Amino acid sequence: MTAIGRRLATLDGNEACADVAYRMNEICAIYPITPSSTMAELADQWAAEGRPNLFGNVPDVIEMQSEAGAAGVLHGALQTGALTTTFTASQGLLLMIPNLYKIAGELTPAVIHVAARALASHALSIFGDHQDVMAARSTGFALLASASVQEAHDMAAVAQASTLESRVPFLHFFDGFRTSHEMQKIELLSDEDLRALVPDAHVLLHRGRALDPDHPFVRGTAQNPDVYFQSREAANPFYAALPAIVDSVLERLADRTGRRYRLFEYHGAPDAERIVVGMGSGMEAAREAVDALVARGERVGVLGVRLFRPFSVSHLLEAIPPTVRAVAVLDRTKEAGASGEPLYLEVVAAFAARGGELPRLAGGRYGLASKEFTPAMVKAVLDGLAEPAMRNPFTVGIVDDVSGTSLTVDPGFVTEPADGHRALFFGLGSDGTVGATKNTIKILADDPGIFAQGYFVYDSKKSGSQTVSHLRFGHSPIRSSYLIREAHFVGCHQFAMIERHDVLGSAADGATVLLNSPYGPDEVFDRLSRRAQEEILAKKLRLHVIDAARVAREAGIAGRINTVLQTCFFAISGVLPREAALEKIKDSIRKTYGRKGGRVVEENFAAVDTTLANLREVPLPPRPTRTDERTRLVPDDAPDFVRRVTATLLEGRGDELPVSALPVDGTFPSGTARFEKRGIAAFVPAWDPDLCIQCGNCAFVCPHAVIRAKLFHESRLGEAPAGFRSAPIETRGFPETRYALQVYPDDCTGCALCVEVCPAKSPRETKRRALHMTAREEILDSARASVSFFETLSPTPRSRVDFSTVRGTQFLEPLFEFSGACAGCGETPYVKLVSQLFGDRLIVANATGCSSIYGGNLPTTPWTKDAEGRGPAWSNSLFEDAAEFGLGMRAAAEHHERHALARVRALRERIGADLADPLVASPQRSEAEIRDQRERVAELRRRLREDASPEAAQLLSIAHHLVRRSVWVMGGDGWAYDIGSGGVDHVLASGRDVNLLVLDTEVYSNTGGQASKATPLGAVAKFASGGKRVERKDLALHAIAYGHVYVARVAMGANPQQTLLALREAEAHPGPSLVLAYSHCIAHGINMQYGLDQQQRAVRTGYWPLMRWNPGLFAIGENPLSLDSGAPTLRLREFTDRELRFRLLARTDPETAERLLAQAEKSNALRVWLYRQMAAQHLKE
Amino acid sequence: MDLETPWLGLRLAHPVVASASPLSRTLDGIRRLEDGGVSAIVLHSLFEEEILHDNEATLHLSSAGSESHPESLGYFPAVGREPTGPDRYLELVRRAREAVAVPIVASLNGVTETGWTDFAKLLEEAGANALELNLFHLPVAAGWRGRAVEDRCEHVVRAVAKSVSIPVNVKLSPYFSAIGEMAERLVAAGARGLALFNRFYQPDFDLEKLEVERSLELSKPWEMRLPLLWIAVLHGRIGASLAGTSGVESRDEVVKYLLAGADVVMTTSALLRNGPAHARALVDGLRDWLEARGCRSVDDVRGSMSQRKVANPEAFERGNYLHILQEYRSPYQL
Repeated sequence: MTAIGRRLATLDGNEACADVAYRMNEICAIYPITPSSTMAELADQWAAEGRPNLFGNVPDVIEMQSEAGAAGVLHGALQTGALTTTFTASQGLLLMIPNLYKIAGELTPAVIHVAARALASHALSIFGDHQDVMAARSTGFALLASASVQEAHDMAAVAQASTLESRVPFLHFFDGFRTSHEMQKIELLSDEDLRALVPDAHVLLHRGRALDPDHPFVRGTAQNPDVYFQSREAANPFYAALPAIVDSVLERLADRTGRRYRLFEYHGAPDAERIVVGMGSGMEAAREAVDALVARGERVGVLGVRLFRPFSVSHLLEAIPPTVRAVAVLDRTKEAGASGEPLYLEVVAAFAARGGELPRLAGGRYGLASKEFTPAMVKAVLDGLAEPAMRNPFTVGIVDDVSGTSLTVDPGFVTEPADGHRALFFGLGSDGTVGATKNTIKILADDPGIFAQGYFVYDSKKSGSQTVSHLRFGHSPIRSSYLIREAHFVGCHQFAMIERHDVLGSAADGATVLLNSPYGPDEVFDRLSRRAQEEILAKKLRLHVIDAARVAREAGIAGRINTVLQTCFFAISGVLPREAALEKIKDSIRKTYGRKGGRVVEENFAAVDTTLANLREVPLPPRPTRTDERTRLVPDDAPDFVRRVTATLLEGRGDELPVSALPVDGTFPSGTARFEKRGIAAFVPAWDPDLCIQCGNCAFVCPHAVIRAKLFHESRLGEAPAGFRSAPIETRGFPETRYALQVYPDDCTGCALCVEVCPAKSPRETKRRALHMTAREEILDSARASVSFFETLSPTPRSRVDFSTVRGTQFLEPLFEFSGACAGCGETPYVKLVSQLFGDRLIVANATGCSSIYGGNLPTTPWTKDAEGRGPAWSNSLFEDAAEFGLGMRAAAEHHERHALARVRALRERIGADLADPLVASPQRSEAEIRDQRERVAELRRRLREDASPEAAQLLSIAHHLVRRSVWVMGGDGWAYDIGSGGVDHVLASGRDVNLLVLDTEVYSNTGGQASKATPLGAVAKFASGGKRVERKDLALHAIAYGHVYVARVAMGANPQQTLLALREAEAHPGPSLVLAYSHCIAHGINMQYGLDQQQRAVRTGYWPLMRWNPGLFAIGENPLSLDSGAPTLRLREFTDRELRFRLLARTDPETAERLLAQAEKSNALRVWLYRQMAAQHLKE
Repeated sequence: MDLETPWLGLRLAHPVVASASPLSRTLDGIRRLEDGGVSAIVLHSLFEEEILHDNEATLHLSSAGSESHPESLGYFPAVGREPTGPDRYLELVRRAREAVAVPIVASLNGVTETGWTDFAKLLEEAGANALELNLFHLPVAAGWRGRAVEDRCEHVVRAVAKSVSIPVNVKLSPYFSAIGEMAERLVAAGARGLALFNRFYQPDFDLEKLEVERSLELSKPWEMRLPLLWIAVLHGRIGASLAGTSGVESRDEVVKYLLAGADVVMTTSALLRNGPAHARALVDGLRDWLEARGCRSVDDVRGSMSQRKVANPEAFERGNYLHILQEYRSPYQL
């Protein structure tokens, strides 16, 4: 019930929590990690805006190099008396654990807010469950759970009040994504509310315990066997007192707000016999299920756990009705090998402690990594309790056909409230659907009597990403913590989606459907698939159609279809009176674009005004008009795994896969991205062989490896399809050889980098180059036929390729292709190039980040293999340990190589000296030498197979290590400059032959652009809302200081040849190598099409001097440093003015922006001077 | 020596004025201009188009890639996205007025009707002593007719002049079919002064890359010929101040403009090339020139070589062939 006069706001769980945490603290130590990053971002933003906390001061927000660093700051600030907090999740929380023990052991009041998330085990997952908080359950922190957005707000305050009163630190958590990213209308706590919860006296007591030279003491001693144990027990009374303290705070909260929470909250039949026990957002769905079942007369209930640590047995037992005979405990975590998951064991122990007759108890797992948890699943659990032999342990929400743990769920059990309205919107990330839905929620929730909820599902691609927005609203509070199953309204904002996805599967009978379509009302039905037609007719759906692209274009807002489609939603859903709704849309446009929005506002208004005239209801025929079956997403000749598993994932039906379908250890086949054929580009490059000079620049820079070059004998032309294009090769000495440049239109993202880099312009029409963008639809059939033929052409043999030129590399097969990276990504061309140069003997240790996501996020991977079946072997360990991970790989490779060489020497006579001697002696530095060695190894294996001795068998098992492996560690600047810097430093110091490629975007790109130590002075980034105030770290100089490390700074857009040279030198260098690769990024605020041009400007301004430090030169008496870029020819401003990250500060604080730019110019000049000085030295002198 | 000069109803200490340039982008630059000795400062132009473009680009780039991937729902903090207006420029006007004693002339280039008039009012409120309208507009779109271009200019000047009470100076382009008529129309519409002429960004071609290059060359003395001609023609014919701009490098150009009839002489390129203190050298040079000829004020010589006062007024009207005619027959012989 909403209290009169209270402020309402529509926000997500992260903001709800951060709003309280910020106000109640003095210092925030932050570090980005999904899904908690938003809390830290808001804290930084509010501090930059000067928002005061409860005590009238602006909190000090400090970004650290890792969560471990944040925990250290937290500990230090707490010890010196500041109210301090941090926000984290998943591995981040794990990195804090050592400090958590310290903070708790010292009885230090603090709250850590956690958007609870899965842990990386067989695979990383960013999604929500309780594995992280359960890993911290033994630290001594209290664990307080929130199940909803309102609770995330309220419990943040309860935790802060309780910790100050009890001295026990708190870990306040809520479910990642389901709560952290769900939008809800909530009632805000005022500053007065917060003050009422936290008496000043408690704050003063905290300060009084601080380290203080005026009252000195020591804390954090080392203890011996005599007293450590007793000391650990000395704090027991504080834990014993805690449940009562939390309960009293909850009561104070209730007094002020009317919202009464308890340590254990029972909901259901007072005389229940069967109950489920659980924690977090899943209990909202459980309440809904229980309500429905109780209404049917079932004696069931749900017990939600709020305070998990310390676990109050007495409060638990008090909360459970005495009539209960069977209890199912649900854990959203997995503890392999345990007799039960943690909450289950606590409940079992509680009943055991009570004594007497025990209820039947079963423990089950659900909802790992945001797996859906619905009322139907709750019912399945409660039904299971009614059966004589309940599975224990059980799982719910999956089909476990391996261990047989799963319960059967009745999908027909639906409990959505009858009075609510539900809408689903299918769109692309780029079309603004999510933004429009968020806006719609705010419009609806503006009405004080309306409750609204929004939840958004995204796919794992950074380009062409598809989104589904789930919107519920109504006159009662919404507790449905699961995806919409029966929608009254379905908006499909991209016509292609209705073909590829089951868009109408969640439409309720008689639902209204809005389809954005280039086809009009008379034509559109015939354009739909048979499946869609059947669904529309069977469910009696009311189909409406609009060509939103055209309406938007005509209104002057081409590409921004969301205004048009939002208008349609309000016009036909009937949720608000039409005129009122349109006025509200216009209001929100004014708010979005501001008073000074000018013509953008006018254009959007025009779009609203013309939409209704273009919206049509589609007359439906009595029967389907199409007979065709659904098109398959992967070809029939794809590998078995791809057809069984990958294809299911691509269809969005991964939830249906049983346990047996999945690898037991996270091992997946490579080369699967090629089956996606996403077709996301409206425009793709077309090749004009007559203009082309065959330089290879386009293939070199293509971020998605969709431009391939091959040489072939002209005799093959006879088989080519009509539209296939080729030209005589532009090199002497290759008679009868033709050159083909093939664009893959279904894999291209349309970034146009290739066109920008193409040097061959038509003298007749200078805008036309050898590659020019063309509407994909126009060339699709012909291009597909050409691709099919092109794939039958043999790759150019590596022995015929000139590895030393950009022109030559175009003929090297990319073994990294079609990734889901952003269109125009600045990182992937480097990754692809490494795969081309060294792919057939490459091992990659990938730091977590963009590169691990576009490299290894299911459903597919772009890492692939060559025609001989060789290719990069790739793995991701963690964010922080990639360098060490790579070093381990190198050590193993060297060990096996040494072992194999020793065996070859020992078996020299039996193998034959003709083979053994060159096997041992080969330097394997050039491609030809490696090729020869590979042939020797093949021969060795042949000879060994004929030798039945155990020694031969041993050597056979490691013979492949005789081909030198290329170990590359890849990651972004967040890894190399911050969280992994200790490891990077150590690996560089080790002297071992590991190659580190830093894809330097100068921010944490993967988590949305937070500042790193690579972020330049004056740039605005998340965590640097007020502009970065210190210079970026010069990692190259750090590494050069070692002397023995090969170091290069490259920028492909400025000098591709230097990039190629540096990567080859790095690989050939027998010790550690560090290549810093400037990677333009969407987080720079640029039109990505001009990313390479920006790289050139970065170099020409001296911002990013190209250089190579080759220790090998030192050995022969030469200066190891080559400065590969000349003196700056542009002013720094000519680089920075073109990027929003620099311009943003000028908009908010022009004077600081100017001052920082002037400072940056000076340090730029200093850096250039320093490098020039170093490069100018002649060692021989 | 009295160098005092009336211009747009203002009294300037002398006729050397700093025209719109990068130097007047910052308060520091404005102070340096005053220290350098100019008698008034025209600020760099406030381009409405630039503000609109900047707002739209910011909106677009700050939301690019957002709401696409669950880990990166956006790439920028929520700061600086709000559309901005001319606030920074207005602040510069305010602070410039506080910081320097010489008159500050704001310069405006609008796109929309409201942009011209609303911004003009704001500039007046901010304290500008006068307003210069930068009528830079290339009618490249098909369908623009010559008369429509003229009408648009007149309309803008009338609308702005009506909306403010500070004097309005119009910097106009040389590309009108009838400059004289145009000047009269603009003055009738409310212009208190005309600056001749606006220089345009004229592109060049890079023959290696086959690209259009955008750059602005600083003006050279020869470029004064066209404005010199028209100032000489218009002097005494229209009831408005005249400013000569383009090609002022040394005191010679200053003197020439004044002799043609300019009230003030504007310079940017020379100050950029030689530093703001060059203004003092120009003024000193002017003083020396006048003293050497026994003049007591600039008014003594202003317009002395205008078309109305020059011995051979037809020199302004005819081409080079006139020389041949003149030399063909002596004016003193029958």
